[in-house]
Amino acid sequence: MATRAIEIENIKTGEVTEAVYEHPFIVRLCHWVNAISLFVLIGSGLQIFRAFPSFGAKIPQKDLIHWPKAFAIGGWLGGALQWHLTFMWIYIVTGLVYIGYQVFSGNYKQVLFVPRDIPGVWPMVRHYFFFGPKPPVKEAYNPLQKHAYTSAIGLGALSVLTGIAIWKPVQFSWLAWMMGGFHYARLWHFLIMWAILAFVFGHLVMVVLHGWNNFVSMLTGWKKDPEYTPKEL
Amino acid sequence: MSSRTDNRKFKSSNRRELLKLAPVVALGAFAVPKLRMPLLKAGLGFSDWASARLFRSGHLASTFADSELTPFNEFPINDYDVDDPQVDFDKWNLTVAGAVQKPGDYTLAQIQALPRITQNTRHVCVEGWDVIGNFGGVRLSDFLKMIGADLDARFVTVECADDYYESLDMATALHPQTLLCYEMYGQPLTREHGAPLRLTIPTKVGYKQAKYLTDLKVTNVLQRVGYWEDQGYSEFYGL
Repeated sequence: MATRAIEIENIKTGEVTEAVYEHPFIVRLCHWVNAISLFVLIGSGLQIFRAFPSFGAKIPQKDLIHWPKAFAIGGWLGGALQWHLTFMWIYIVTGLVYIGYQVFSGNYKQVLFVPRDIPGVWPMVRHYFFFGPKPPVKEAYNPLQKHAYTSAIGLGALSVLTGIAIWKPVQFSWLAWMMGGFHYARLWHFLIMWAILAFVFGHLVMVVLHGWNNFVSMLTGWKKDPEYTPKEL
Repeated sequence: MSSRTDNRKFKSSNRRELLKLAPVVALGAFAVPKLRMPLLKAGLGFSDWASARLFRSGHLASTFADSELTPFNEFPINDYDVDDPQVDFDKWNLTVAGAVQKPGDYTLAQIQALPRITQNTRHVCVEGWDVIGNFGGVRLSDFLKMIGADLDARFVTVECADDYYESLDMATALHPQTLLCYEMYGQPLTREHGAPLRLTIPTKVGYKQAKYLTDLKVTNVLQRVGYWEDQGYSEFYGL
């Protein structure tokens, strides 16, 4: 699969800029629908958590945190479960469509973290966190980004699997067993949520730092004036 | 492979690409108060439908060793209004009605004459906590056969001394671990835990496992589903 690139000529000034098609329609659609469903799932999940904010025994109950109701969705346990059990399907479907599309179109090569990306991770970390020199940008995603996005997809899959273990600990007893039982599946589900939130935070920071053209590419597919020279993928 | 275009064409093609994302806006329907409840009901209904499909009659819930039991005094007591609805044990009967050949009142002794089953199973509350308890009783399926219930009927409903009520799909009612429970931890059921008779259903969430039973009915039509279900909780909630 080749990256589609075009040159855009400003008909008034004659100035020429390059643009590259980074995000196919299915990817963009899944990205936004999934982002909304993730928001609802985390909000309603926290409301569900408020019903028993602990990972210990019920008697005696030691609460971990008192999560404020203002930062939760659904208003009450039953309401939050309605949101959670509705949007989980949207989250799963967009996740599966995204993964299926990436695999069958070959577009996954743009973002999947593979062993040959490993040497490139440390220079990027040094650049972002320790003011090191910026490594040359060769493609849409640098090795650290690939690592982040690939991990995010993995976390998404784990959030679904731990969720299934909580929702169906009897029918999917093997899944619950792999996670250490119902009790631990609930804890993993909770911890994975925080890992996903950490990713979302880093993702949003990078979106702000990378500017408008980068943001627009997730809306239209096209990134104007990319930092790299598009090449065959 | 680069082709050239002018900035106006690029802008209009971008607008088209942006418009293709319009379906995302459809999710905004959940923000419309009038549409929200029907949509969430549909979502919950779909989850219930999937739950019923995932239920396997022959699949048993895990059982546990006695050493894994939650101590009896740490087994939570949940109710919606009173711990003890003051059941008069001397006058207690289970009143059976509906699609059964032998309706009428059944005494605890008649129920206890059926084969006694004990099991250490996990009790999962919708709130998120779980405990492992020891439960003793008779299979609901044995009782349904004893009363000549129409096993092709769709539901078994129960009513309770505290005005709580519940319903069960027939597949779950016939599951071998679904018990009419009269003992916990080898002792007669205490009042707080639902004496003299309660449901124990390891394949269902806690609120389905009604306590202080007074009435049982076999039916194809539900006038109401259950105390919590009728307020918006999942109707099937199989584990």
